Amino acid sequence: MRLLYFAVLRDVTGKRDDVLELPEGTRAADVWRRMRDEHRALREYVQPPMIAINESYADAEQVLRDGDELAFIPPVAGG
Amino acid sequence: MTFFTDEPIDSAALVRSVVRPADGAYVLFEGVVRNHNEGKQVESIDYEAYLPMAEKEMARVAGEVRGAFPDVAVAAVHRLGHLVVGDASIAIVCASPHRAEAFDACRLMIDRIKQTVPIWKKERGPDGEEWVGWQCKHD
Repeated sequence: MRLLYFAVLRDVTGKRDDVLELPEGTRAADVWRRMRDEHRALREYVQPPMIAINESYADAEQVLRDGDELAFIPPVAGG
Repeated sequence: MTFFTDEPIDSAALVRSVVRPADGAYVLFEGVVRNHNEGKQVESIDYEAYLPMAEKEMARVAGEVRGAFPDVAVAAVHRLGHLVVGDASIAIVCASPHRAEAFDACRLMIDRIKQTVPIWKKERGPDGEEWVGWQCKHD
């Protein structure tokens, strides 16, 4: 599974993306919990932001599959 | 058709691409970089997007606007990269046989873009730089 980092999350992680091997049944929310554990700057953000799986908004409880592209979407600020 | 550009926006060209002979009005909306936000001075903004998804979301929003206002023709361009005060970050054109629908469609389009399209901006000024929305103070 590929994880993409945008905006503030790219600054926090210092990376654009990661390839993760995840146990079967892992949900997007679990990946968020793991990111919070790794990065002190994210600790206060208990709830994941909006998430996208394969370029569409999805539920944080959705189970990830092999080959999925996951992105956490910090609050958007277009316009 | 792309909804994004790294170049200054050509609003006149966008208008030409939208207005049909049967239209009696078009509304052109431009969002521009202002020199302040939430009490802080702003000198420039860097915009970025999750591009393949942002293209799809822009198309989805445009479809939603067309669904709500079937007589209205819609086009939009969002600029990405480094913009300074006064630069247009987005242009939206809504053309319609009558003006009321064009105004309403344009308002809906910009409101929905601001809610859902994965675009982010980092403001820079004399006090430093920060992402709008989440700051996540980090080392």
